[in-house]
Amino acid sequence: MSKQTILNATHRAAGAKMVDFGGWDMPLHYGSQIEEHHAVRRDAGMFDVSHMTAIDMRGVRCREFLGHLLANSVGKLKQPGKALYSCMLNEHGGVVDDLITYFASDADFRTVVNAATRDKDLAWLNRQARPFGVAVIERPDLAMLAVQGPNARARVLALVDPADRGRVEKLGRFYSTAAHGLGGVPWFVARTGYTGEDGFEIHLANEHAVVLWQALAAAGVHPAGLGARDTLRLEAGMNLYGQDMTEEVTPWEAGLAWTVALDAGRDFIGRAALEKQKADGVPREMIGLVMDERGVLRHGQRVITDAGAGQILSGIFSPTLGKAIAFARVPAGAHANLRVDIRGRELPVRRVKYPFVRDGKPCEGV
Amino acid sequence: MMSEIPGDLKFQKTHEWVRIEDDGSARIGISDHAQGLLGDLVYVELPKVGDTLEAGTGCAVIESVKAASDVYAPVSGEVIAVNDALADAPETINADAFGEGWLCRVKLSDPGELDALLSPDDYAELVASDEH
Repeated sequence: MSKQTILNATHRAAGAKMVDFGGWDMPLHYGSQIEEHHAVRRDAGMFDVSHMTAIDMRGVRCREFLGHLLANSVGKLKQPGKALYSCMLNEHGGVVDDLITYFASDADFRTVVNAATRDKDLAWLNRQARPFGVAVIERPDLAMLAVQGPNARARVLALVDPADRGRVEKLGRFYSTAAHGLGGVPWFVARTGYTGEDGFEIHLANEHAVVLWQALAAAGVHPAGLGARDTLRLEAGMNLYGQDMTEEVTPWEAGLAWTVALDAGRDFIGRAALEKQKADGVPREMIGLVMDERGVLRHGQRVITDAGAGQILSGIFSPTLGKAIAFARVPAGAHANLRVDIRGRELPVRRVKYPFVRDGKPCEGV
Repeated sequence: MMSEIPGDLKFQKTHEWVRIEDDGSARIGISDHAQGLLGDLVYVELPKVGDTLEAGTGCAVIESVKAASDVYAPVSGEVIAVNDALADAPETINADAFGEGWLCRVKLSDPGELDALLSPDDYAELVASDEH
């Protein structure tokens, strides 16, 4: 029996095509995935992301615990409200999950982890937190909405209590704050997202989520499903757990070196394995690909390079670019003469730097 | 948002349609129900003029934002025309699956195969039972 977010009936009433995603019954699209994608790039769209797992971590040694848990450095979280993207690794340097951690106070942090990895993540967090005396508190009472797009912030700000509006408006990128929304409802609002567009993610009590969703819809924010979320995040060059990285892959091999902080004296889980792999030489790397030929790059297709074979990880038809783009894992140093096997035909692809799309426009070289 | 199924079509269970033209050739496409299941289409790989199709075997590939799907020839014969306009506008199939979104035209090698296909009513019933 699949789980439902508080907005399930709202999605169905809007004619959403529903799919199972990590055990949740979620909207894939509300009619046209491509139109929803463009709405987010050009205007404002909203996603129900309540299937994701919000977890509060509380305890006087919370910061110390996160320094042990996360491959990125919690030391970067200096100002209350600041958010940090990181992986948590196992002892072999494999990625247990990727997550965003929000800093409220030294004894109080919130993290949001993936839906499909909820059970193992909670078990892992509880196991790692115990020696630090940190409480791991899941927040199933919260709904989460992501409102994204060039006009997203303005549409949300109009629904913020006037006493808090100026403060939320001034919120920097990758910062969060508590505020009051429509009708005095308490919100946790963060200037984060998974689309490459500006916008907010809002956490609020389940019982207020439908009213907020409807108010946003009335303000012209387009409902968008998981399909558009996937094409938006790949255009923006963002990884998807389970597809682009797993427990069998290190951040070095998943394009996530920028999220690893080898700061002095911090003994995080997996650090020794990462340092060893770096010293020995990382055998594989994740690269961005563009196909100029007609067709679609998809997960699992074989990539042929002069350095050996690789594989497409995330692959889509990019609505913004009008051609196929992908992440691929290939032997290190594969640069020229790359091809992808699509139904027995070898089609040429180009290695490019990603993101593929920024501020609604193709990036240089893509 | 099912569009009306035209009465002059015959269907294969795998959601392809056939229309017999005035010159006796068969025009082939996929049903409106099928395009709805696939979602926004982004790429179509058609057979070539001169190819020989065999009923029940793959003759085209249609890719949506979600997945690649095989199209199975509902009849056998030689391909005499393909809908080249789909290369630049695969979404035509989403908009008009029974009309402008046709895939190819075939010179039938065995008109008797048509008898094995479903009538519009039978196909509508099959689709309805799929949905429940």
